[in-house]
Amino acid sequence: MRDTSREGRLWPAHILLSLGAVITVFPLVWEVLTSFKSFGESVQVPPTILPSHWDWSNYSKVFDGIPFGQQFVNTVVMSLLRTAAQLLLCSMAAYAFARIRFPGRGAIFLGFLAVLMVPGQLFLLPQYQIMQNLGWLDSMQALVVPGMFSAFGTFLLRQFFMGLPEELEEAARLDGANPFTVFWRIALPLARPGLLALGILTFLWSWNDLMWPLIVNTDPAKMPLSAGLASLQGAHLTEYPVLMAGSLLATLPVIVVFVAMQRQFIQGIAFSGMKG
Amino acid sequence: MRERTAVPAQGTRPDILTQREMRRRERRFLHRDKWWGYALIAPAGLGLAVFYLWPVVQTVYYSFTEWGAFGGTTWIGLSNYRTLVDDPEFWHSLMNTGIYTGLVLLGIPLSMALAVLLNLKGLRGTGIYRTLYFLPVVTMPAAVAVVWRWLYNGDAGILNHALSAIGINGVYWVSDPDTIRIAVAVVGVWMTVGYNMILLLAGLQSIPGDYYEAASLDGAGRLRQFFSITLPLLSPTLFFTTVLSVIQSLQVFDLVYLIIGANTNVSLQNPAYGEGQTVVMLFFQKAFFDNQRGYGAAIVCVLFVLIMALTAVQFRLQKRWVHYA
Repeated sequence: MRDTSREGRLWPAHILLSLGAVITVFPLVWEVLTSFKSFGESVQVPPTILPSHWDWSNYSKVFDGIPFGQQFVNTVVMSLLRTAAQLLLCSMAAYAFARIRFPGRGAIFLGFLAVLMVPGQLFLLPQYQIMQNLGWLDSMQALVVPGMFSAFGTFLLRQFFMGLPEELEEAARLDGANPFTVFWRIALPLARPGLLALGILTFLWSWNDLMWPLIVNTDPAKMPLSAGLASLQGAHLTEYPVLMAGSLLATLPVIVVFVAMQRQFIQGIAFSGMKG
Repeated sequence: MRERTAVPAQGTRPDILTQREMRRRERRFLHRDKWWGYALIAPAGLGLAVFYLWPVVQTVYYSFTEWGAFGGTTWIGLSNYRTLVDDPEFWHSLMNTGIYTGLVLLGIPLSMALAVLLNLKGLRGTGIYRTLYFLPVVTMPAAVAVVWRWLYNGDAGILNHALSAIGINGVYWVSDPDTIRIAVAVVGVWMTVGYNMILLLAGLQSIPGDYYEAASLDGAGRLRQFFSITLPLLSPTLFFTTVLSVIQSLQVFDLVYLIIGANTNVSLQNPAYGEGQTVVMLFFQKAFFDNQRGYGAAIVCVLFVLIMALTAVQFRLQKRWVHYA
């Protein structure tokens, strides 16, 4: 009884929230609808809302304009490698910071925190030169290697490890296990929610990362999708339906991951807030 | 179960260790662990040192040098910074960035309103709302720019069509110097509202419900409760959100770059380029297109100092409005 009356009083909230949601989602819906229109229909005035004829050819045309398939593979490989490396390297360092006592720990941690506070542009020029000196421009290494290390990831996981109960680890230590075994067998499995949150965030940031790929990989075949779409737009192609189709294909994997793992995703964001 | 290795010496009671013995064991333990600590930190630490920490030092150094035509750097002291002060393009990009930041901050009350609504007791479908509002946050900026450029299109864009229906003549939003900043900021707000909403919602959910019950027993209305309970208790989260938004907005690149033209050659032809250009875009152009690395380095160094200063000011000001329980 009370619940229904409460739900009844909530209709203004629902109206406001739905209105906001419609405005928020509208550009994305428009993207989907335009991707199915012919070029002629897309520039027609007044604009049509639903495509008069659902034209799937834009999706195949995406593959003609740019090496889309190759860029898709580049993006997947780059994002997965960065994510896997960050999870491993950050969790190792984070565990040492959280649980192992050794001289200089505080000072080294301060170094990590310093990296965390500096805006990304301050790294770019020297990073580019390192890539140039190594002969890595226009390569997968250039896309992956600097992104394997993260002060943010280390910090996030350190907080997570510190929040775990110590008893299990202590017991294992007393049984003679070395710190790596304890980390790998006991702490890491317990830190799963933290790892998942970091993994999802890293994957998202890698997938959408633009500036670094734009700088190091100028060969279209070596670019990820973010840079591919950016160079495609305006330069060769003004066929918006094709651009929309390409954009949707490029964004789809992240949206699928997001919808499937929403809880962890939002937890990660709420937990961290940091890193732009 | 394996037998414990720390078997006490014969003749002592197993559960009592002398203090000296305990300290001795602890020291041995720590000593043994020391190398494990260094080994676990080494991969991440070396990577960060080589690719992040050292580059910061180098960038600061570069900002005092000029990049030669055949490579190599020449120390020129404060010359880059002097040029910067007299460079109208720099001041203009700084102003654009400031305006963008200010406009994006206006999105925080909006995020707050949404978070309050989503936090209403007994509201159903919050998961769906959350998902929908969060979609722009996860969408690739390159894709966001494509669709918004099309919405803003002067001829066939849906925005101008909608405006003409109510008798307003639209303009070419992203190539008009008068509208580019607003146009970009609207997209900026659109992309960040969901993000801030999530942070604020987490803040709201940590406010204990008894406060509201007590207040309503005392006869406080909804509005009163909001200003006397919600706002003060949420102020730490609001502060955090504001600081983050400022830091991130001052570094804006992707969105503006992509909306203006998504390609340096194309965007330079956009008549609105000058009005849209942000500090980081200027850095990008100087350092990687005009081959003025020293000057580019000076630009980002100034930006860094500015971000630090603004953050420090915000931390100072927080005493006036942030209440920690």
